[in-house]
Amino acid sequence: MSDQLNDIEKAALDALDAVTSEDALQAWKTAYIGRSSPLMLVFAGLGKLSKEEKPVVGQAANRVKVALEAAFEERTKAVKDAALAKSLEEEQLDVTLPGRPAPRGRLHPSTVQLRRVLDILAEMGFQVYTSREVETDEYNFQLLNFPLHHPAREMQDSFYIEAEGRGDNPILLRTQTSPGQLRAMREYAATNPQNPPPIRIASPGMCYRYEQITARSEIQFNQVEGLAVGENITFADLKGTLTDFARRMFGQHARVRFRADHFPFTEPSAEMDVECFVCGGKGCSVCRRSGWLEILGCGMVHPNVLMNGGYDPKRYTGFAFGMGPERQAMLRYRIEDIRYFWGNDVRFLGQF
Amino acid sequence: MKLPLSWLKDYMDIDGLSVEDIARTLTFGGLEVEEIRYAGWPMSASGAKDMHSSQRHEFKTEGIAWDREKIVVAEIREVMPHPNADRLTLCDLYDGTQQHTVLTGAPNLFDYKGKGKLPKPLKVAYAKEGATIYDGHAEGLVLTMLKRAKIRGVESYSMVCSEKELGISEEHEGIIFLDDDAPVGMPLADYMGDVVLDVKINPNMARCASVLGIARELAALLKRDLRSLGDFGGLKAKGDFATIEITDPTLNPRFVLGLVRDVVIKPSPYHVQRRLKMVGVRPINNIVDATNYAMFELGEPLHAFDYDVLKERAGKKPVKILTRVAKDGEKLTTLDGVERTLTSMNVLVCDEKGALSLAGVMGGAESEVYDASKEVLDAKGIETKEGQPTIGKASVRGKSTVNVLLEGAAWNFINIRRTARQHNLPSEASFRFSRGVHPAIADKGVSLGLKLMAEWSGGTVAPGLVDSYPLPPKDPTVDVTTRDVKRILGIELSAQQIAELLSRVEFECNVKGETVTVTTPPYRMDIGEGVVGLADVLEEVARLYGIENIPTTNMADALPPQVGNPVHEWEERLRDLLISVGLTEVVSYRMTSAEKESRLLSGGSETHQQIEYVRIANPITPERNVLRRSLLACVLEAAEKNVRAESLALFEIGAIFLPHKNELPDEPRKLALVMTGRRIASAWDVKDSPAYDFYDMKGRIELLLAGLQLSNVSYAPPAALPKKHRDDVSAVEGQVYHPGKCAEIKVGDKVVGQFGEIHPLVKERYELGASPVLAAEFDLAALMSAQSGFSLTPVAEFPPVYEDIAVIVDETVPAARVEGLIRQTGGKTVTDVRLFDVYRDEKIGAGKKSLAYSLTYQSPDKTLTDAEAAAIRNKIVKRLEQEVKAKLRS
Repeated sequence: MSDQLNDIEKAALDALDAVTSEDALQAWKTAYIGRSSPLMLVFAGLGKLSKEEKPVVGQAANRVKVALEAAFEERTKAVKDAALAKSLEEEQLDVTLPGRPAPRGRLHPSTVQLRRVLDILAEMGFQVYTSREVETDEYNFQLLNFPLHHPAREMQDSFYIEAEGRGDNPILLRTQTSPGQLRAMREYAATNPQNPPPIRIASPGMCYRYEQITARSEIQFNQVEGLAVGENITFADLKGTLTDFARRMFGQHARVRFRADHFPFTEPSAEMDVECFVCGGKGCSVCRRSGWLEILGCGMVHPNVLMNGGYDPKRYTGFAFGMGPERQAMLRYRIEDIRYFWGNDVRFLGQF
Repeated sequence: MKLPLSWLKDYMDIDGLSVEDIARTLTFGGLEVEEIRYAGWPMSASGAKDMHSSQRHEFKTEGIAWDREKIVVAEIREVMPHPNADRLTLCDLYDGTQQHTVLTGAPNLFDYKGKGKLPKPLKVAYAKEGATIYDGHAEGLVLTMLKRAKIRGVESYSMVCSEKELGISEEHEGIIFLDDDAPVGMPLADYMGDVVLDVKINPNMARCASVLGIARELAALLKRDLRSLGDFGGLKAKGDFATIEITDPTLNPRFVLGLVRDVVIKPSPYHVQRRLKMVGVRPINNIVDATNYAMFELGEPLHAFDYDVLKERAGKKPVKILTRVAKDGEKLTTLDGVERTLTSMNVLVCDEKGALSLAGVMGGAESEVYDASKEVLDAKGIETKEGQPTIGKASVRGKSTVNVLLEGAAWNFINIRRTARQHNLPSEASFRFSRGVHPAIADKGVSLGLKLMAEWSGGTVAPGLVDSYPLPPKDPTVDVTTRDVKRILGIELSAQQIAELLSRVEFECNVKGETVTVTTPPYRMDIGEGVVGLADVLEEVARLYGIENIPTTNMADALPPQVGNPVHEWEERLRDLLISVGLTEVVSYRMTSAEKESRLLSGGSETHQQIEYVRIANPITPERNVLRRSLLACVLEAAEKNVRAESLALFEIGAIFLPHKNELPDEPRKLALVMTGRRIASAWDVKDSPAYDFYDMKGRIELLLAGLQLSNVSYAPPAALPKKHRDDVSAVEGQVYHPGKCAEIKVGDKVVGQFGEIHPLVKERYELGASPVLAAEFDLAALMSAQSGFSLTPVAEFPPVYEDIAVIVDETVPAARVEGLIRQTGGKTVTDVRLFDVYRDEKIGAGKKSLAYSLTYQSPDKTLTDAEAAAIRNKIVKRLEQEVKAKLRS
């Protein structure tokens, strides 16, 4: 009997060696350890054996059963592993095929840059103040200390709106966001004319100048104007605030410098340059080899402007600054031609 | 203002300073140097002599330095014909050490050809072999190195130079003849090497539109001395050759005349011509050149009259000059030969016979000093027409000498500005007068002009000036305190320090305690009175102290109350939502044309003419002559520009402009969306994806409105709405959308926008692809005011029951009506109704559709049984049967 069991075991193991698939495994299982397999028939026949033989054969059969089951488990794992290894080897994608694009919208680069500027200014306490795009000469020029026929007006050629009977106060497209200074000051001052509250605003928006449209000049452009008015604001504060701004905008190591300049609505006035962030000041084509980039104009609010806004220049001081987000975006993204901005070509817009 | 450094050196010592140092100092002091142009001056080793590293500022630089060894002053002793070429000559030239035979084609040597040894040698600029100069024959400025060559059999290794070859001017008609006293053998760079700074003169720096003006500023910034000017002959106001009558001193505060007798008109000395060329003026003759030279030196524009003409016009009476405004319609032929019709804004210089010149802007033709042998140019170098009409009186022309009456005056700058603009006559004189020239310098200008004229013409200056000065300006006096400096500039300066700074720019300073009382020097017009004057003077303190030296501090002032800007913040949120649903932002020109916008109107061009626009009075092009009324038109144009793109989903946010006659327009803000093209971009495994349709746009809008937390949103065909609502949201009248594929969007009962497929006739007017074009427009104010509070729907704890029902209804029954009835009948327990199929089939019947809904029943406080759900379902079905004759589909 033990010979018979040994034969069964050997035949089963031999057969198992040849098994390489799930199906063959199942067939083997039925054939060798299934209900009607020779081994099971041995168990079934135990009852017919003598008392002495029964435990011997039973033990021997049990040993064979455990061995076959273990071998089956082992083989099953091997077959699965082999199948997995085979499938892993076979299922190779061309990883260089393009991925499926997911649709994604994009902000206009001017919006992106406007947000950067306004976010930094907001953290410094400058709150967004928006005002109209079509303005009167009074708000765009006269109240800002550009008298009629003043040479300073030549710096800003304007688009005028057809209107009659307006004399020296024609309607025009604002050439700067500065009229917002006056509108804000008057609005704030109206809340308490005797003690007007301090102001800290940033005015973003589209401005217009009569220019030929070229790679470097446009008829419309965004501007962000900053204005701080209070009883305690100095030119040194202006420098400190804008130096901080430049560090936030261009990096903690950005160096700035201030040059005297002239704007009718500020005095003293200055131009702020930041060290070219492309070449680190060594000189490159972006900074036109000067090592510096002109970033913004600024100055102390002119006493006439304070007065026109309802703030007594003997008591209040303030500073103002203005910058162009498109110019900044041009520097940041190396955009060589300003006409891209309003060209609305998705091949341009899609890159931001 | 172009500033030759050689000229600057007449006024101050610049030893130890590099050109860049000077340019940088000026730039930081408010006189921005826009370009440095070398004409022979030795270039400094770049960067080596920087004063402050933080002020490194390289400048746009052009031109060449002249090699001191290879380019020298030489003399031509004899001009000989070339053996093989008529148009070339050979020069016997001596360069101080050696004799050379130099080949040249210069036409201005032909007169000397074959005349033997010249009695007076010609002084010339001589370039030796290996010298780097500009190629005189090349277009533009091309550097070249002189090499040995054989030209028509004669060896050539060096040359005599034209101005173009040396980078002085564009002139290449002939070689330069230097002044007779030029020392032979001297390096040309030492003799006349120069460098020109192009300095931008801001309106507040009008006083710097002269060599003296810039020198004064530079000396103050560098703490160097300004060389004394002298008094140019010390002429006093006692001349008797003319009288002056000023009608309106506010327009003409001062008028000064001087006289030079027996002037021989001829070219100015070469060094004068060269300086004038470098400042950008063409030399004409010694008279015109003297007026220009004096103007560039001192800033006072001068005007020369032919005194003999004036005397003849006056007849037996003495010459009398009057200034007055023109009569409207009065005519004057200016020296450019143009007869100008004047208005009462223009000021004239006249004699008793009539107008002589347009004051401060341009001279008249008749009284101009005229050199019969030369072309006529105006005193400011503007070339005038050939074949002039007879100028002046024949009887006094053609003499060998002339007597020149020289005018130096002061004018109202606004008046000059308007006159120069009106007649479109920009000139160096009107540039200065229109920015303000102080009356106090008029006599100095005339004196210098007279002195130069006499010097360059052999004439004699008549004794004395005639000077009428009815309205001397009061030079403002301003009190500056140490507190003001601290309060506005943020720096601590003592009164002495303030006075020291301001004295450098020649303010007269009196210190008393903490107050400095300063009086403006009598040549600047930019300082005001009172608080304005204080700001003006503080600007000077800041500039001279050095803006770079002012510390940087943080604002100590109280932070104002933070009020935020809800509209702006909401708009930015809207942008974020729009890009999150896949739309790309565009920004368009606000200026457009009615024709372009009319494309959006089915009515076409007849209709658009009735639309009122905000019109530009001075458009740059007729295509941009109005401000837009339709934002959608802009976005459609953007789509048109991208017609080649496979798929487009664009939006724009911005103002449109609605006119109010002669008043400021309304600027309502809008949102416009356009989608067209394929729903999914083609790819290697995506072919022929369907085109965007109405429901793609609607899906985006639903996401957008849900993102804005708007509830109670409904969509209905626009015809169902009263017409006035449509005007609120559409910038243009007319049928923009396909009538069967558009909807108005309401929040509650308020219309916030509309959307749909663009009307086929409208689409035809745009160059767009074959796919349908979907568009939407919102009024932002309406949309924002439709905002309600956010209310969270609790997340249910008990399990839902899901059930599908399909009902058959007539085609005319809108899906929204069926859904509304389901929700209404189901009440709170029906938490979700989702349409998952719309089916049409013969079996259902013609004119019918089946709508299949997935319903979710859920109770907030218990687990629903199937029976409870069924009861609600039966109620719904019954209601649908009653209301819309729906049949349950089994």
